[in-house]
Amino acid sequence: MRKLGLIIAALAVAFGIFAVVRQRHARTGTLTISITDKQALAPLAPELLLTDLSGKTFSTSSLKGKVVVVNFWAAWCTPCTEEVPTFIGLQQKYQSQGLQTIGISIDDADGDLRDFYRRLRMNYPVVAGSQKVAEEYGGILGLPTTFIIGRDGRIQKKLTGSTDFAVLEKEVVAQLAASFL
Amino acid sequence: MKTPQLTFFAIFMIALVALGQSAPKADNDLPPGSPQLIQPEELVKTIQSTSGPKPVLLYVGPHLFYAQAHIPGAEYMGPTAKPEGMDKLRVRAKSLPHDGLVVIYCGCCPWDHCPNIRPAYHELEKMGFTKLRVLYLANSFGTNWVDKGYSVAKGD
Repeated sequence: MRKLGLIIAALAVAFGIFAVVRQRHARTGTLTISITDKQALAPLAPELLLTDLSGKTFSTSSLKGKVVVVNFWAAWCTPCTEEVPTFIGLQQKYQSQGLQTIGISIDDADGDLRDFYRRLRMNYPVVAGSQKVAEEYGGILGLPTTFIIGRDGRIQKKLTGSTDFAVLEKEVVAQLAASFL
Repeated sequence: MKTPQLTFFAIFMIALVALGQSAPKADNDLPPGSPQLIQPEELVKTIQSTSGPKPVLLYVGPHLFYAQAHIPGAEYMGPTAKPEGMDKLRVRAKSLPHDGLVVIYCGCCPWDHCPNIRPAYHELEKMGFTKLRVLYLANSFGTNWVDKGYSVAKGD
């Protein structure tokens, strides 16, 4: 009889734990948050005030909610310029889903940069970089360097050297699919 | 084939050959493994060595990278793909003993595409430097030097 009581008590405790876990899981589900531990721990992207080639000033904090690709590049850097058409294509493909690409040029002569921008018909803002901007991103010590920032404003990936666009696009798609409320 | 077509074909072929010869051969010029190259770990050992002369280190890339991080003791020349950088390199090189160890480096972009390192190397080679080495940074200064934990200095 005593043994039976113990079994019933153990079952009750197990059921209780199951109910609590289930309830928590259901609550999380209603918020549609799909943040993995890795994503939550990712560093926040710097909040900067940038001015693009057209003279338009914008704050990177205004891009929260979008997936932002920040590409450090230069018009004098051959592997960088070779990548620009692909960045243009990706911006066109995913813009409606919330992708915003930003090009930050390093050590370009103003005329060369504007000429390249016009010639390639770049469809995303390009900003002349500075040491401050580079350091805000943790230091840029080689081109090209590309950051993928999630909708939560956190740096989810950093790609250095010639960009592996299969990796970049996969990450962009994953970040676009993630919703943060 | 008619004569004008033949002439056009011949001109086209000559132009193709000429273009092939004048095109930049970045990949064939100072390829990885060349005897003129020095690996980062070898340079670190040379710098740290208590015996033997210290190399003169000349940086030939953009200032923005140099200001963030450079090899301690490296002198800023500027990008030698530009005339100003090349002029500065020539002036500095004139004052150096041509039989001393000189190491140049850039690391602005992947090795095969660096626009600065080859012009700098060929200029110094032309000037008669006999112990000239080029620091091999396969990807960039960030990846192949800073991320390896080798020491750096900041600022001008």
